Amino acid sequence: MSSPENQALAGAIFEDSAVLTVRDLSRMCAVDERHIVEFVEEGVLNVVEIVGTEWHFTGAALRRTRLALRLERDLELNLAGVALAIELMEELHTLRRELKARR
Amino acid sequence: LGARRIDLAGAVDFKDYYKVMGVARDATETQIKQAYRKLARKYHPDVSKEKDAEARFKEVGEAYEVLRSPEKRAAYDRLGQGPAAGEDFRPPPDWGAGFEFSGSGARDSDYSDFFESLFGTRGRPGSGNRGGSFHPGHGEDHHAKVLLDLDATLRGGARQLTLRVPELDAEGRLASKERVLNVQVPKGILPGQHIRLAGQGGPAAGEGTPGDLFIEVEFQPHPLYRIEGRDLYLDLPVAPWEAALGAAVKTPTPAGTVDLKIPAASHAGSKLRLKGRGIPASPPGDLYVVLQIALPAADNDKAKAAYAAMAATLPFNPRAALGV
Repeated sequence: MSSPENQALAGAIFEDSAVLTVRDLSRMCAVDERHIVEFVEEGVLNVVEIVGTEWHFTGAALRRTRLALRLERDLELNLAGVALAIELMEELHTLRRELKARR
Repeated sequence: LGARRIDLAGAVDFKDYYKVMGVARDATETQIKQAYRKLARKYHPDVSKEKDAEARFKEVGEAYEVLRSPEKRAAYDRLGQGPAAGEDFRPPPDWGAGFEFSGSGARDSDYSDFFESLFGTRGRPGSGNRGGSFHPGHGEDHHAKVLLDLDATLRGGARQLTLRVPELDAEGRLASKERVLNVQVPKGILPGQHIRLAGQGGPAAGEGTPGDLFIEVEFQPHPLYRIEGRDLYLDLPVAPWEAALGAAVKTPTPAGTVDLKIPAASHAGSKLRLKGRGIPASPPGDLYVVLQIALPAADNDKAKAAYAAMAATLPFNPRAALGV
């Protein structure tokens, strides 16, 4: 009928356009909305905009939420531990990049 | 990882969970927990630099899933010494009878055939009802991760992606099924970003909309370019005189060969930035060309004479900074 090229599912870069709400993150990550709120309170997730009473996140929050949930579950960390681990991981990432740039 | 080892009679490799966790068979719950946490921190794919981190982490997670639960551990111990690890293992026919499995948490790692032959679907915590329930009327969103070739983001284009999807079969057992999707990869996607395929997730109950499929993208190592976010790095060998005197040399870029001007007095490690020649995201990344000085071999008299002439002409001590 048509070539595979034509049948390909059109994929969009999710992070480019996404504005996420607590509800979106809760659904995408299959976790209670209260848990997303806890991540915000602990500083794991950043609210970029508040519209009315609704919190908005960038698309990058999806990856961060999933990372936080993995750390919580797999390493049995509490919220503060997750927040600290992510902060340190990011610092390590930045330092590694700077080190590479210097060499 | 590894081919499926299940044969028609259901024989699978026996796994020694105590050995995997590095604990004695009479280890206490606390010892098992401690061992798990230590190994999990060491091998967790998000934090580990170990080569086979993911496989090891799965193994450890599976062992912990069994040994942390008194019911599963008792059932596992009932196998006695069992055959040695690696030998074929067949669960006894009355396996699992009388045990109530209470899973908690929601691991989505693949368990081994051994695990599934023992605990089947019931042993898998949270299987069957994850997501969905959080938002009735909307099917579960699914997640997958794929390794793409760098070309996919440089040019965009269709790629055939093979995903492994856990599915319940007719007998209610969980099996992993392959799902092949033909996906138009968006040009300029960066490592760690997601391709969202609307409606390709789990089906909704009743009238609702199906969930979405989120595919997280990473890239296979490329023979020429190192990927750093949206930027690419290329090691470019140059001759000593090209670095010293400056030159225009041909250099590959993702968009094709270009003439690159090497400034005079460049040295090994000098970095030249080609703006906008990295991953075509918005804004596009840059291509960094890192110079490497390649030395011509002194494998004939002429070459040797040229090196000797340089040595005689140039008052050069490459170790001056070392104080010798």
